[in-house]
Amino acid sequence: MRFLLRTTVILALLLGAGVAAQTEPPPPVDSVETPSIPPPAPVTGLEVFDTDDDHGHSITLTWELSADDGIGQGSVMSYDVFRWYPPLMDSLAARRDKIQRAQAAHARFRRDLGVAEDALGDLLSGDREFSALRFSVATPTDDSTFVLDRSFVERALRDTIQVMSTNLPLLPDSIRALQEVFESALERLPEAHKTYPTGGTWKSVGKAASGEGRFVNSGSKDPMSGDFIPDFTDLYYRVDAVTADEAVRAESVIVGPRQSKGQWFNGGRFPVFWAVIIFGFLTIYFVSRARKGAELYVRPLAGIEAVDDAIGRATEMGRPILYVLGLGTAADVATIASFTVLGRVAKRVAEYQTELIVPTYDPIVMSVAQEVVKSSYLDAGRPDDYKENTVFFVTNLQFAYVAAVNGIMLRELPATNVYMGKFFAESLLLAETGALAGSIQIAGTDEIAQIPFFIVACDYTLIGEELYAASAYLGREPILLGSLKAQDWAKAAVIVLAIVGLVAASFEWTTFTELFHVTN
Amino acid sequence: MKRQVPLVLVFLFGLFMIFQYFVPHESSEWVYEFLLDWIYIIGIFALALGIWSLYVVSVDKIKTRKHDWKYSYITLAGLFGMILFGFTARHGDEWGWFLVFVACVLLTIGMIVQAMAAKTAKGLPLALAGVFLIASILIAAFDDTWSFYFYTAEGLQSTMFRAFFDYVMMPILATIFSLLAFFIASAAYRAFRARNLLASLLLIAALIVMMRFFPYFGSTVGELIARTSNWLMNVPNLAAQRAIVIGVGLGIVATALKVILGIERGYMGKG
Amino acid sequence: MKNFFDRLMRLDRRWIFLFLIVVCVITYAADFEVPILVEREVEVIHDFVDSLPPGDIVMIAIDYDPNNLAELHPMTFAIIEQCWRKNLKVLITSLSQNGPGMADQALRDITDSLAVTKTYNGKVYEGREIVNGIDYTFLGYKPYFALVILGMGQDFRLPFPTDYYGSPLDSIPMMQGVLNYNDVACVIDLSGGNITDYWISYGQNRFNFPLALGLTGVMTAQYYPYLGSGQVFGIMGGLLGAAQYEDLTDNPGLAKDGMRVQLFAHIVIILFILVGNIGYFMERRKLHRAEGR
Repeated sequence: MRFLLRTTVILALLLGAGVAAQTEPPPPVDSVETPSIPPPAPVTGLEVFDTDDDHGHSITLTWELSADDGIGQGSVMSYDVFRWYPPLMDSLAARRDKIQRAQAAHARFRRDLGVAEDALGDLLSGDREFSALRFSVATPTDDSTFVLDRSFVERALRDTIQVMSTNLPLLPDSIRALQEVFESALERLPEAHKTYPTGGTWKSVGKAASGEGRFVNSGSKDPMSGDFIPDFTDLYYRVDAVTADEAVRAESVIVGPRQSKGQWFNGGRFPVFWAVIIFGFLTIYFVSRARKGAELYVRPLAGIEAVDDAIGRATEMGRPILYVLGLGTAADVATIASFTVLGRVAKRVAEYQTELIVPTYDPIVMSVAQEVVKSSYLDAGRPDDYKENTVFFVTNLQFAYVAAVNGIMLRELPATNVYMGKFFAESLLLAETGALAGSIQIAGTDEIAQIPFFIVACDYTLIGEELYAASAYLGREPILLGSLKAQDWAKAAVIVLAIVGLVAASFEWTTFTELFHVTN
Repeated sequence: MKRQVPLVLVFLFGLFMIFQYFVPHESSEWVYEFLLDWIYIIGIFALALGIWSLYVVSVDKIKTRKHDWKYSYITLAGLFGMILFGFTARHGDEWGWFLVFVACVLLTIGMIVQAMAAKTAKGLPLALAGVFLIASILIAAFDDTWSFYFYTAEGLQSTMFRAFFDYVMMPILATIFSLLAFFIASAAYRAFRARNLLASLLLIAALIVMMRFFPYFGSTVGELIARTSNWLMNVPNLAAQRAIVIGVGLGIVATALKVILGIERGYMGKG
Repeated sequence: MKNFFDRLMRLDRRWIFLFLIVVCVITYAADFEVPILVEREVEVIHDFVDSLPPGDIVMIAIDYDPNNLAELHPMTFAIIEQCWRKNLKVLITSLSQNGPGMADQALRDITDSLAVTKTYNGKVYEGREIVNGIDYTFLGYKPYFALVILGMGQDFRLPFPTDYYGSPLDSIPMMQGVLNYNDVACVIDLSGGNITDYWISYGQNRFNFPLALGLTGVMTAQYYPYLGSGQVFGIMGGLLGAAQYEDLTDNPGLAKDGMRVQLFAHIVIILFILVGNIGYFMERRKLHRAEGR
């Protein structure tokens, strides 16, 4: 009895323990408590203003970093910039989508109509079987007895083409109607923004990383772009300090209204503006001095002085002169300077009745060069000697042009080669081939990398700005000499400023160096 | 009038472009973008002029039987062939009469050139040109294996265009560029002579810079050469280049101002 | 001996060409590797691209012609492969008129090579499919590059309303929210001509984006001033620059193959220069002796 009682008690205890153990299931893994990130400190000192020196549609935000930026458990990992959008912006976005979809559908329609018409043409001409056309027609899906045949396909194609042809002209009108609605909604945008804070939503316009206290909300000026920011419209912003858990964040105060607008003067370019003004005045001063008869010295340029001798040499040898204007366009200053030298060479060539060959790389340069050479012949009193084929276009591929000019050199064996303008990797190819052909060579370029090649392979070289000085040197006109003098004085000013700047930078006098800082 | 109008135009547009650099406002941007579109249009017309010039020069070479005049036919064939390939594309894998069409067009142009170049007996080439022209029109009208694509880029993906570009033009252009290596060798052989102190310095500097990446010198000598070479590139070379760049920059400003103000008129033909 | 130095001074250039060809052919045919010493200005570009987070956009301007293929194509391959391995997006434009066809072909070749699993610098990169519109957008070519560079500073859609293949930019997933240079991490200009000048003056100066250059060897020295002034943050110069970049990315290609040819070609040129100078000095000594008599 006692044994039974003891056993029962023990069993009961064991059973009870087991039951007790089972009534408390082990806690699930996911209910293990994780430490929560405390909300961070918000940003302070938020300032919102129109971005300076731009064409508008841009707002700049600056703020003091959150006290929790980059430190501790609740550290701020990024800043989320929010802007208030009135309901009209969503409706604009939807309308914009509609217009873009309609335009895409219109383009697709036009293309599909063409394909359908080609398919019908192929079917009728017998070029393709009805099952192998490039346009597939819809077939009934609920008729199990349906068999696709030629007549069905032809009928379906004709119906499709008719429907498309009828609807296609209507699409531009429907797109236009959508655009009108869109534009009228755009006009209501400033009013809609004035309804703040009623009805709108806050949307993120971008993020800044931790440690950054500045963000530029730069948008498109095109209303059809999703990034459009309207000018002269009240905009409201706030900045959230965000932790590693995106849900844990602190909002800043809301700043607004602010409006974006374009500026009429880019203040960041003031140093350039003053430099242009000062240089302009220097030019006017020296030109007026030159006009009054002041003697302005220009040092001899061997390359330019050699041009006349080289032309004489070509005349004596009875061989032509090859003039290469380089690979620049008519907008390049080196090419413009080369036109002046060409004019001079052409005039001498006309006087001596030597042959001139001018292969060009750019069609516009060809047109200008033709005019220059024709005028020079006219000035020399020999308009009838001018041949249309003196100046001709070759190609505007760099090495194809070089191959052509090299071929001309080796066939025509010119006595003098003149290279004036913009040259690139082909400079040595031209100069060495000219040396092989036994020509005297005069070169001038502002491309720094090519100057060494010309110096090595040519007899005379004009380096950099000497090419620009050629026009003044050749003509000796007071106006041109005056501008050359202004250039020299400007260079002297740059040297002085560079030395002063060197000293200022060494002693960290930032006021002076900041005067020359150009932004944007 | 003929001289004044271009000068006024250059002045106005030059002044506007200066103005536009300093004025970021949308209205100045709008005018600027409008002008950009015009530059594209003018460029296309100028290209047409250039092609005409090349054609005339080639015909003249053939007419006067200049040295190697026969190659002018190849120049013209290349020019018109690539234009054709760029404006056409096949629909599928079949060639159909496409190559015959190309041959007929090129022969038409060849016969016209022949007629222009011939002093007498122009009748036969012109007649043949007519025959080839009619043949090419008939092929273009009735052959469905290919089409013209004047508005879209299909022509640029056409087999013939890509084949000529990838397998003819690219290797030829690369070959011409590779001549530079040989010319540099011969120019260096002639130029780098220690004639005087400056030439000797040039020679030594050139040798150091050329040897800077030789991996076989060992660490000490190699390191010394690399550091000297870096100093040469970053100090004297940089100084000289900056000086030239500043001079060139000022020259560009001066020349541009002269052009805008009408002082520099070399580009108009009356220096 | 005297005649020998005479002849040396007047050596026909065709002997130089012949010697050079023979050396180039032999070194190309022989299979050996040349150690590459990496320059800081190339390393900076590699490190910059390496530091970009996945999803960032790198803009690459393939502004060279087929002439410059040998030097610049390996750079294109190395950079774009690195970008795609790091899951960066690539926005490509080609402002040289013969560039687009070449660029298109290069893109196809690079996408093929990324389909294969490979190991670079000890890290395994799984092969993946590169999708146009998601991993890259190819804008194509427009003439008058200065205007295109300026236009892109306002909106890529201004000069390029559609991409090279005709898709409107607004319909391309990668280009959503990408307006202008502000939305790309950097611009790398690979050029063999003067387009670089415009990228610096019209692009970087005006719009202040990080700009790196890949140039032909001949042009490189000209752009060191911009490196010094900070307008450009890195320069890869010529075949050597391309080989250095391949070395950094552990992706040996044509540039590293070409380096052994270039190295020995340089040695030949240096030998000829030395020989020419020896000839010159011997000639001068002969003249001085003749004058002394």
